[in-house]
Parts: sequence; structure tokens; C-alpha cells
Amino acid sequence: MPVLLPFRPQPQPRSLRPGAACCAFLCVSLLLIVSTASAQGGKAALPVMQIIEKWAPLLLTGFGFNILISALAMLLGTIAGLGLGLGLLSELSVVRRGSWVVTQVFRNAPWLVLLFFVMFLVPFQVTLFGLRIPFPDWIKATVGFALPVMANVAEVVRGAVRSVPSTQWEAAESLAFTRHQIMWRIILPQCIKRMLPPWMNIYCIVAMSTVLASIVGVSEMLTLTAQVHAAEGGRPELFAPLYGFALLCFFLYCYPINLWTAHLERRFQIG
Amino acid sequence: MDAIPDWFRRLYESTGLNFTVFYDSYDWNRYVSGLKMTLLLSVTTILLSLVIGAVGALIQSGPSRLLRGLVNAFVVVFRNTPPLVQLFFFYFGLGTMLPSTETASGMREPILNNVQWAVISLSLFAAAFNVEIFRSGIEAVPKTTIEAAEALGYKRFQAYRHIVLPLAIRVCLPALNNNLVNLLKTTTLAYAIAVPETLYALKQIWSESQNVLEMMILLLATYGVLVGVLVWLMARWERAMHIPGYHR
Repeated sequence: MPVLLPFRPQPQPRSLRPGAACCAFLCVSLLLIVSTASAQGGKAALPVMQIIEKWAPLLLTGFGFNILISALAMLLGTIAGLGLGLGLLSELSVVRRGSWVVTQVFRNAPWLVLLFFVMFLVPFQVTLFGLRIPFPDWIKATVGFALPVMANVAEVVRGAVRSVPSTQWEAAESLAFTRHQIMWRIILPQCIKRMLPPWMNIYCIVAMSTVLASIVGVSEMLTLTAQVHAAEGGRPELFAPLYGFALLCFFLYCYPINLWTAHLERRFQIG
Repeated sequence: MDAIPDWFRRLYESTGLNFTVFYDSYDWNRYVSGLKMTLLLSVTTILLSLVIGAVGALIQSGPSRLLRGLVNAFVVVFRNTPPLVQLFFFYFGLGTMLPSTETASGMREPILNNVQWAVISLSLFAAAFNVEIFRSGIEAVPKTTIEAAEALGYKRFQAYRHIVLPLAIRVCLPALNNNLVNLLKTTTLAYAIAVPETLYALKQIWSESQNVLEMMILLLATYGVLVGVLVWLMARWERAMHIPGYHR
């Protein structure tokens, strides 16, 4: 006689992905361990942590400048990308094809190449109606970062609008909404929730890409790191701690954003 | 075959658009060697990152908590830090700490040169994304299939190699293609450590010939063509690996 065995749910393997608090704790404890080890070490080991402590305020202002560039680039790129995304969805095939070409060009070009393009080909000042408008290098770098952001945001917008069920469009049309009204009053508000996780993902990518501006001469965290290294005598053993500090700053900034993005994705899937 | 250089010389004389690469053999050779370096970097990093990603995904679905934690730490660190800073950390930070050897002429040089460090750093960066992509593919393989493999006597690694990985790759191919195209674009970062790839070669050419706009257009067109070729190859691979009954 077949007997039904009692059902015991298998213990789910807990995800080993550390949370934000766990990460902060690990980083702080790592710093404490390194500083105590270096304090107990010889004279050569002691300066490393002191050097980082001495220059941390300057490097953090550089990091703040990176964040400013990323925020501005994201703002510009989002506005332009929204327009380009709506162009990708246009009913006029000329607009649609033109937007497709622009999106493909800026998505498929390497970010560094686009940055070079803008830095070298945009003039350093423009004279409009007798008024001289300077374009400092960090503004040109911001525009250079905004271009690929625009293309990626356009793709996100297009994907989000296409994911809205066609029943919404049909219902809105039967209620005599114009296409413009449907897009702005019905479809796009529903898309905001869908666009948020990929949009935050793009922001993390931009925040990490702002260090490319150091290659084209903008004075941000990585150029400051190189200058700090030179100021401390250019010793080769200082490279690893200084670049490690830069890695740490970006990690502590981007990892919580990524965790929050994953949390939002899970929440929006259920809802 | 002299028609092409002549056409570009006439273009320069009539419009002022100076594409020196096409009528000057020295510039052409520099451009081609830059292209070869870009292709070398791309192919090596793609292959190496696929291997490391597959190994990492295997460890992540395994029993050892310590190894899973280490792979998780690797993925989390390499995904949330800028690849340029990783490149500098490897080349300047770790490269100077490694022992150096003597060349035939008695000069000291580090064991790994900048091209090799670029390959290592970019492969690890792409592998972190590949681990996540392969993991999503592996999770898409039904558990019943794995149990059936166990019932047939496959050991864990054999089942992974013959059954799980082929299915996982077919499922995660679109995301993998996206990542590999991004890797091709990320190879331009090697410019920062003086690897002589396309951007570096063209920058040298425009620094000498003062034809920045033309070389920029050529650079954009070059990467457009390279990305297009890679996307086409990947699309062909996707069609060849298509599982009947899935997605169309």
C-alpha cells in the first residue's frame, strides 16, 4: 500500500549576498585591522594609513566632483533620452528611423571615444551676441557622458512603453484620447515604475564612468590621486593603497544603490 | 589599387578633409596595428572572461559555503567599482609589487607588461558580469533535468559540463551577447595604460597631422563596424544555438 511521506520543505540556501550594513561593517573593520597592523609594524608601514588619512579630505572633494558630474550628466541624459525614446516610438517613420540611427550610434560607441569626441571638437568658449560663454572642460565632459546616457535611457523608455499591454492603448482610444494625451496621461505614468530599476542601473554605470574624465584632463578624483601620489614622493608601494582608497569610495557609493535597485526590482515584480 | 589613396588625396586637396590614414602608408600601418591590438584584446578578454565566468558559476551552484562567499565577494567588488580604477590598481598597484626580470640588454622590466595586465583586469571585470549571467542561465535549467542526470549516474561536474552548461548558455545568450559587446567597447580603457590599440594609434596620428575631426569620424566608424560585426556573429551563434520550442 503506497504511503504518502510527510512533506518537509527543503531548507533554502540563504543568499550570501552581503547587505549594505554588513558591507559597511566589513569595510570599517578592514580599515581598523589595517591601521592597527600598520601601527604595530615598523616605520615604513606606518605612513600608509596616515597618508590616506592626511589626503582623504582632498580625495573626497574630488569624489564629490565626480558625483556632481554624474548627477548632471544623468539629468541632461534623462531629459534628452526621454525625447529620443519618444522619437523611437513615433508614428512618423522619418522621426523613428532618425532616432534609431542616433540611438545606435551613441549606444555602440565606446564611452571614452564619445568623451574624446566632445572634448576635442566642442570649442572651449562660444561667443553669442557679443557674450563669451566659456565651456570649462568638466562641462564638456558632462555633455560627453550625457550622450550615451541619452541613448541608453531612450532604449529603456522604448522598452517600458512597449511593455504596457495594448489593451491600455485600445481602452484609451475608445475613450477618444489623442495619441499625445494617451502617451503623457496614461502610458508614461505607468512606465515610471518599470523604468526605475534600469534607470538606476544606468546611473551606477555613469557614476563609475566619470573617472574616464581623468584621461582627458578633467581634474577629478583620479587626477587628484595621481597628484597625491606625486606629492608623497612617487613611491611605487603607495599606488595600491591610493587606488584602493578610490575603489573603496566608489564601492561604498555604488553598492548600496545596486542593492536598492535589486530590492525595487523584486518589489515591482510582485506588485 | 592606387585609386583609393588618390581619391583621398584629391578629397584633401578639394575639401580639406584630411584622411591621412588612407593615403599615407606609415599612418595606415599604425592604424592597422592598432586595430590588431584591439582585436587581440577583445578576443582574449572575451574567451578568458567566459572561462572564468563558467568556473565562477560552477562554484556558485556548489556545496562549499566558503567558496560561494569568495565568488560572491569577487562579483560584488568587480561589478561595483570603475573598471578604469581596477585597471590602474592592477597595473600600477600590483604590477609594481611583483618581482621584475632583466631583459637581454640588462634593463629591469616587470614580469607582466601593460597588454597582459589589461587582459587580466578586463577579463576579471567582464567575468564578474558573466558569473551573474551564467548563474541566471543555470537557474533556468529545470531541477527535474538535473535529478534525471543524477539518476543516470552523472557526477556533479559531468552533469554540469554535458547537460547544465549547454542549456544554460542557450538560455542566457542574449544577455551574454550584450555583455560581450560591452567588453569590446571597454577595451578602449587600455588606452590609459598606453596599450597601442586603435584609440591610441589614431590619437598619435591626429597629434601629428592635426586632422582631429577626420580621425574621430574614422574612430567612430571603426568601432561601429567592429560592434556591428560582433553583433552579427553573436546573432548567427544565437540562431545556431536556438532551442526549438523556446521564444519563437
